[in-house]
Amino acid sequence: MSGHERIAAAIRAAGKGGSPALIAYLTAGFPRRADFGAQLAAVAAAADVVEIGVPFTDPMADGVTIQRASMAALAQGVTLRWILEELTRLGPIRTPLVLMSYLNPLLAFGVEALAAAAASAGVAGFIGPDLPLDESSELAAALAARGLALVQMVTPVTEPQRLAALCAGSQGFVYAVTMTGTTGRNVAVPDEVLAYLERVRERATLPVCAGFGIRSRAQVERLTGHVDGVVVGSALVEVLERGEDPTAWLRALRG
Amino acid sequence: MSALPDTAGLRAALLAGKFPDARGRFGPFGGRYVPETLIPALERLERGVREHLASGEFQAELTGQLTTWVGRPTALTHATRLSERWGARVYLKREDLAHTGAHKINNAIGQALLARRLGARRVVAETGAGQHGVASAAACARLGLPCTVYMGAIDMERQAPNVGRMRLLGAEVVPVTSGDRTLRAAIDEALRDWVSDPLGTYYLLGSVVGPHPYPYLVRELQAVIGREARAQLIAATGRLPDALIACVGGGSNSIGAFHAFVPDTAVEIIGVEAGGRGAGLGDNAATIAYGRPGVLHGTYSMLLQDADGQVQETHSVSAGLDYPGVGPEHALLAAVGRVRYETASDAQALAGVRALSECEGILPAIESAHALAAAERWALAHPGGTVLVCLSGRGDKDMPTLQRTLLAAEAP
Repeated sequence: MSGHERIAAAIRAAGKGGSPALIAYLTAGFPRRADFGAQLAAVAAAADVVEIGVPFTDPMADGVTIQRASMAALAQGVTLRWILEELTRLGPIRTPLVLMSYLNPLLAFGVEALAAAAASAGVAGFIGPDLPLDESSELAAALAARGLALVQMVTPVTEPQRLAALCAGSQGFVYAVTMTGTTGRNVAVPDEVLAYLERVRERATLPVCAGFGIRSRAQVERLTGHVDGVVVGSALVEVLERGEDPTAWLRALRG
Repeated sequence: MSALPDTAGLRAALLAGKFPDARGRFGPFGGRYVPETLIPALERLERGVREHLASGEFQAELTGQLTTWVGRPTALTHATRLSERWGARVYLKREDLAHTGAHKINNAIGQALLARRLGARRVVAETGAGQHGVASAAACARLGLPCTVYMGAIDMERQAPNVGRMRLLGAEVVPVTSGDRTLRAAIDEALRDWVSDPLGTYYLLGSVVGPHPYPYLVRELQAVIGREARAQLIAATGRLPDALIACVGGGSNSIGAFHAFVPDTAVEIIGVEAGGRGAGLGDNAATIAYGRPGVLHGTYSMLLQDADGQVQETHSVSAGLDYPGVGPEHALLAAVGRVRYETASDAQALAGVRALSECEGILPAIESAHALAAAERWALAHPGGTVLVCLSGRGDKDMPTLQRTLLAAEAP
């Protein structure tokens, strides 16, 4: 099975019981670089897909938590190359892994070399928060040659025609951003967000996962039945920062 | 996004005015690398630019503001004593005489007029030296738009007078304590603000950087500098200059000065980057001299970065040039060889401040003094030639820095 098929299959399998799949984000090497492997295993034990954040100096789509985590990881020398080496060293993980990275570190690595290194490290796909569909052909082609996904994001302000193009162009799943804003803010889930998620689901043949601002069991319950998965990022990064058990926290979120 | 395929073809297209293309590209450079949330806002801005910028009604409104409020056309000054000292004829395009003290107002009033037409409820802007923040605050006050300016905490300290000016002009100034706490972090923060309200907020970007259509929009609003200067110099001397020189941070005064002269291939065009205290990573802000292609703040251009693609901190004595990226059109102008990019060090720029102040009674911004340093080099190598310098701003805002540097060195 290719990387993008593994992602979609994992989300669909998790959703069979009725509750949404759990996609969990951690910034690689935060709070401590030495704990990356153990943290990844602990998160993967309770999540259906793991997003690994590649730190970048200018994370313009992220709120304060992930900004802080990125700076701390960079200060400890965490790089894309190190992350791929660590994943290779840790060996295969059953939970599909997706790297979330701003574009410049990927370009600096070289997109062809990146696709090869990521595939051999067991990575299943990528998410690029500053890489819209219109600019993504070069990276998408390099990743596709290795069966790796490039996940597209849609937002509440995306116009219908573009929504269709993004749903058709995505791989693995469609990442439905729940709000306009940066990551990490706590949001209620008003009815119009549910209606928006329904619109995305009507368009998408892939699973639809909602992210940005999801922190609580109540939010997950509210989204149940409206999405195939939920993405939890900043709240989990804060759990790791406080030194709490991520597996237990994720299980509680799932209910 | 690979190496330049056809430099000669790109150069011909550039001289023919073909850039940006329909995808917002200047050859391989430019584009739109932003979170999906901003795509509708950028598309709306692009439609607004297409609909209004060239329209007679908008141009009449803009010209009215430029004439009666900004103080355009700005003067062209023959720097006679400097010419004598350097052995070439030196002319200055006096953007320091524009309202609020620099070229930044040309862009700020133009975009504020556009924001009003697009129905924006509020305006956000970033600022480095404070000049764009002051210009944005003034333009928004003039048009009755609420204005929020993001400014790095380090810049707020070194450009304190401008912080007070912005507040008097009614803007909210928000200190940015994340990232490098200078212009780059201020842009990150302004983008985060805009992402939160992409349709009600207008982002008034201050330079020819960022995602399409900003590099194009800002160029068009700044091109008045070169258009005026070209006509004024021909009127004064009967011919084009031999050389045209401007400083380059993000690159808006220089693109504005250069644009009208790009097809005049007999005119040597020189952009001057901040050489800081040396060639090492982190010691300068000379992006074209020392950078590699990459993506920052929504555009693919030259970028000061490490081997892992992390953006580097920069150094320059002038806050306005202290930026690790550069406009994508400059990257193309450099790649095809139409503009030569040089550097001037902190010390050379400060010497330029002194020379112009002493010889002509004009205190230039330290940013603009980088262009003067290169003009001196050019003049000494071309005796009797004619050089036009874009004097992008005045130096009043730099008094705290000048007290610490030039004046401290002179203290008895």
